Amino acid sequence: MTQKSLTHLSITEALAGLSKKEFSAVEYTRAHIEATEQNRDLNCYITETPDIALRQAAESDARRAKGQAGLLDGVPIAIKDLFCTQGVRTTAASRILDQFVPEYESTVTSKIFAEGAVMLGKVNLDSFGMGSTTGSSAFGQTFNPWRSTTSPDVKLVPGGSSGGSSAVVAARMAPGALGTDTGGSIRQPAAFCGISGIKPTYGRCSRFGVIAYASSLDQAGVFARTVEDCALMLKSISGYDPKDSTSANKPVPDFVAGLQGGNVKRLKVGIPKEYRVEGMPQEIDESWHKGTQWLKDQGAEIVDISLPHVKYALPAYYILAPCEASSNLARYDGVRYGRRIEGKDLKETYELTRAHGFQDEVKRRIMVGTYALSAGYYDAYYVKAQKLRRLIRDDYMKAFEKCDVLLTPITPSAAFPVGQNEDDPIKMYLEDIFTISLNLAGLPGMCVPAMLNAEGLPLGLQIIGRPWDEETVLRAARGLEIAADFRALPGMLGTKMAA
Amino acid sequence: MAQIIKGRTGEWEIVIGMEVHAQVTANTKLFSGASAVFGAEPNSQVSMVDAAMPGMLPTLNAYCVEQAVRTGLGLNAEIHATSVFERKNYFYPDLPQGYQISQYLHPIVGKGKIEIDLPQGDVKEIGITRLHLEQDAGKSLHDQHPTKSFVDLNRSGCALMEIVSEPDLRGAEEAAAYLSKLRMILRYLGTCDGNMEEGSMRADVNVSVRKPGGALGTRCEIKNVNSVKAVQMAIDYESRRQVDIIEDGGTIHQETRLWDPTKGETRSMRSKEDAHDYRYFPDPDLLPLVLDNAWIASIKQTLPELPDQKKHRFMQDYGLGAYDSGVLIAERIRADFFESVAKGRDAKMAANWVLNELLGVLNKDGKNLDQSPITAAQLGGLIDLIVDNTISGKIAKDVFADMYATSKDAAKIVDEKGLKQVTDIGAIEKTVDQVIAANPDNVAAYRGGKDKLFGFFVGQVMKETGGKANPEIVNQLLKDKLK
Repeated sequence: MTQKSLTHLSITEALAGLSKKEFSAVEYTRAHIEATEQNRDLNCYITETPDIALRQAAESDARRAKGQAGLLDGVPIAIKDLFCTQGVRTTAASRILDQFVPEYESTVTSKIFAEGAVMLGKVNLDSFGMGSTTGSSAFGQTFNPWRSTTSPDVKLVPGGSSGGSSAVVAARMAPGALGTDTGGSIRQPAAFCGISGIKPTYGRCSRFGVIAYASSLDQAGVFARTVEDCALMLKSISGYDPKDSTSANKPVPDFVAGLQGGNVKRLKVGIPKEYRVEGMPQEIDESWHKGTQWLKDQGAEIVDISLPHVKYALPAYYILAPCEASSNLARYDGVRYGRRIEGKDLKETYELTRAHGFQDEVKRRIMVGTYALSAGYYDAYYVKAQKLRRLIRDDYMKAFEKCDVLLTPITPSAAFPVGQNEDDPIKMYLEDIFTISLNLAGLPGMCVPAMLNAEGLPLGLQIIGRPWDEETVLRAARGLEIAADFRALPGMLGTKMAA
Repeated sequence: MAQIIKGRTGEWEIVIGMEVHAQVTANTKLFSGASAVFGAEPNSQVSMVDAAMPGMLPTLNAYCVEQAVRTGLGLNAEIHATSVFERKNYFYPDLPQGYQISQYLHPIVGKGKIEIDLPQGDVKEIGITRLHLEQDAGKSLHDQHPTKSFVDLNRSGCALMEIVSEPDLRGAEEAAAYLSKLRMILRYLGTCDGNMEEGSMRADVNVSVRKPGGALGTRCEIKNVNSVKAVQMAIDYESRRQVDIIEDGGTIHQETRLWDPTKGETRSMRSKEDAHDYRYFPDPDLLPLVLDNAWIASIKQTLPELPDQKKHRFMQDYGLGAYDSGVLIAERIRADFFESVAKGRDAKMAANWVLNELLGVLNKDGKNLDQSPITAAQLGGLIDLIVDNTISGKIAKDVFADMYATSKDAAKIVDEKGLKQVTDIGAIEKTVDQVIAANPDNVAAYRGGKDKLFGFFVGQVMKETGGKANPEIVNQLLKDKLK
C-alpha cells in the first residue's frame, strides 16, 4: 500500500489490515513518520520520536506474530505534550519545562502503550493547556491543515489547547491522538479541524502524570477520525487508578461493543435553548438544525430543554480554572527542576525564573487566580463561582430527567485566522462558551464533524451525556456521523497529496 | 493556679494558647508512599510526589487518618465525619508544591478537652479547639555552603497533626504542664513519639497579658520553642516584655516572634501586616475525607487506657494520692511496672518502692525504667520478704542496693548474706536484758520521764543483733521491761 492509502485508514480499518497481514505495523508507522516529515510546516510536533515509534512498531509486529496483540497494537498515535512520558521530553509547551524529561509515565499513556499503541511524538498545545488556538505555546503556533476557499493564503488556528493533536489527526499524520480537555480543549480543536474527539466524564481517566492546569476540570480524552476509533481509544485509556484520588472506581463499559448494532431510535435528545446565543453566526445555527433533523430522521425524540444557569459558565470557569492554576503552577519555581534564572537573591530568582518561564496567557491566569483567592476576595469570587458550578450541574442533571443526551453547537465560529482575537482575551474566552459548562459539571462530551461552511471550513456538533454514560454519547455521535457522512479533506492536504 | 505578674500598675494575668505540631507515627508520608523514618541521608526518602514533579498527585495514607482519629478520641474530642484538605499557598524552597496540603475550615477533629496536672495534685481542664492533619515541609540547611542554601526533602510530606488549644492556660507552669500532658497522651496512644529534640513535636505559643479578669489583650505568637523548658522561658520573657510595653504607655501589636534560646529572648519575625495571605482553597486533587462511624467506633475500641483514666483508677483502686498517681502514670512503662509490682501486694508499699527507691536511684544514674537492673517481679519479691517479716524495712534497703548492683533476687541476697530477721523472742529478750543491764543511767532517766530515750534502747538492741531483730518484738520487749 502507498503512504497515502495507509495514512487515510481509520484505526479500525488499519487494525483489520494489520491482523490480515496486509501490511506491518512498521510499514503503517513509517507511513505516518513520512507524513510527519512532509508536514513540518504545520508545526504540530514539539518532539518527534520516530526511533521510538519504529522500535515499538517492530515489537508490535512481533507480538502480533505471536498472537498477543492488544487493543491498539501497532497503531501510531500522537501525544499531547502535557502527558508525562518516561525518558521523553515533556514540556507543556512552556519555556520553564523546555528540557524536562520525566522519570515516570502518565497512567493514560502507560495504558495505551500496554494496548500496543506506538508513540509518534509529543504534539503542540497552548502552554499548560491555557488557550483556544495553540498560539500560546513556547514552541510556536501550530497551523490548521484546513484553509478557507475564500482566503486560501490565510493561515488558520487549529483550535486549542490540544491543537497539535487535532491538526495531526486531520492532516493524516496520525490516525489518533491523546488530548486533555479543561474547558473544551479536545472538542473545540476537533471541531476546527473536522475530526472527532471525546472528553469523557471527569474521573473516567486518571490524571496521574498529566501536567495539571485546573485539577477539578482537567480530563484526558482522545481524537480520531471516526466515532468508533474514539470509542476504541477511550476504552484503552479509561479506568480507575489508585494514584489519582479523583479517578472513579467504576467498571469501564466496552465502548466499541456498545456502538455496534446501536442506534438512536427513541433516544431522547435535548435541545437547550440557552445555547442559542446572541450574535451566533447563521451557519452555526444551521448546522445545529441540521444535526437535530438528522437525529430526528433516525427515530430520535427531540426535547426542548432549559439550562438557566449555563450562561454563568464562562465567568465561573474563568474564576475557578485560574484559581486552581495559580496554585498548580506554583511548583514551577526553578528550585528542583526546569529552567532557573539566577537572581541576586531567592525572591529575584523566583521572579526571573517565572517571568521568563511562563507565556503571557499563563501569567495572566496565574494573576487572575491569585487575585481571586486573596483574602477579602475569596468569597466574592471563588465561593460564588463554586456555587454557580453546583447550579450548572443541577441544571444538567434536571435536564437529564427529560432526555438522554443533549445536542448543541460546539464553537461559535469555524476556525479563524492566526492572530485574530489575540489582543482581546475576553473575545478569546468566548470561544469556549459551548464547551466549558461540561467541564464545570464533569459531563462527557463529544465533537463530531457535521459539515463545511460556505468558506469550506468544517463545523462540528456536540453531544453531551449523563455522567458515566459515554456509551450513549458515542451512540448519538455515531448517529450524527452516519447522517453527516463527512468525507471532506483539508484543502492543503489535498494539494500536497496531489503534488 | 494562675501565674501573676506584678507590674508597676498592679497585677497582670498571662493568657496562653498553644499550637502543637506533632509528627504522626507512621511508616510512610501523608500523601505518598515514601518512608517517614527520621535520620536518613538527606533527600533519600523523597518520592516524585514529595518533590512535586509535574503531574504528580497526592493520595491519602489511611493509616495517618486512623492515627489522627485515635488522637482525637484520646483528646476526648469530636471526630468530624467529613473533613476537607485545603491548600495553603506560599513560596519557599523547602515547600516543593508551592503549597502545603492542610485542613482549614473543616478539620478532622473538633472540640475536646484534657486535664493538666498542677503542683499539689491540683488539676485543671484545658479546652482543645481542633486537631487537623497537614503535610510537613522539607528542611532548609543554611550552614552547608558559604553562599548557597541546601534543601533536604526527607521531611517533606510527612504527616503532622496540628493540635490547637483554647486560650485556657494561665502562665508558664500551666503551659509546661499542658505540653507534658499532651505529649504523654500522644505517647500512650502511639500516635506521636513526642520527641522534641528530633522535632517530632514542636510548639507555637500565643501569649497575651491582661488585668485579671479583664478583656483579652493582643497576642503575639512565638515560634521555635522546642522544649518544655524553652516554652516556660519564652512565656516568662514574652509576658514580662508585654507588661513593660503596656505600662510604659505602649501598645502590643499582633505579630509573630521568634524565640532565641541563646539570648533567651523573643524577637519580631513579621507583623500582622506582613503576614502571608495563604489563599486557602479546597485541594481539587483530593476528595472530601468522609469517615464511617463504624470505623471510628472500631478505633475507639482499640484505645489504650489513657493517662487520666489510669490516674483516677490508681487513686481509686490503689488508694494512692493524686501526686503519686500522677508520677506513676507519666510514662506508660512506669505505670505498667508499678502495676506488676502492686499485683497481689500492698499497693502503697509498691508505689513507695517504685517511686522513692527505684526511680530515685535510676534518676540519679540518668537511667530510664527500661534500663532498670531490677525487674518488677524482683521488686515484688523484696516487698514480699518485708511483709512476711523475713527482713525488716531497714534491711530491705540494703538488700535493694545489692539487687540494684547485682540484679540478683532479694531472697538470694538475704540467704547469702544471712540477713534473715530474728524473730526468736528468747534470743531477742536476752539481748534486751543485756542492753538494759549495760545502761543503768539511761534506764533510770527513761523511767524518770525521758520517753525519748526509748529510741536509744531500740538502737542498741538492733546494733547488737546486726539489725536483724524483728523491730516489733524488740519494741514490745523493751516496753515491757522498761516499765
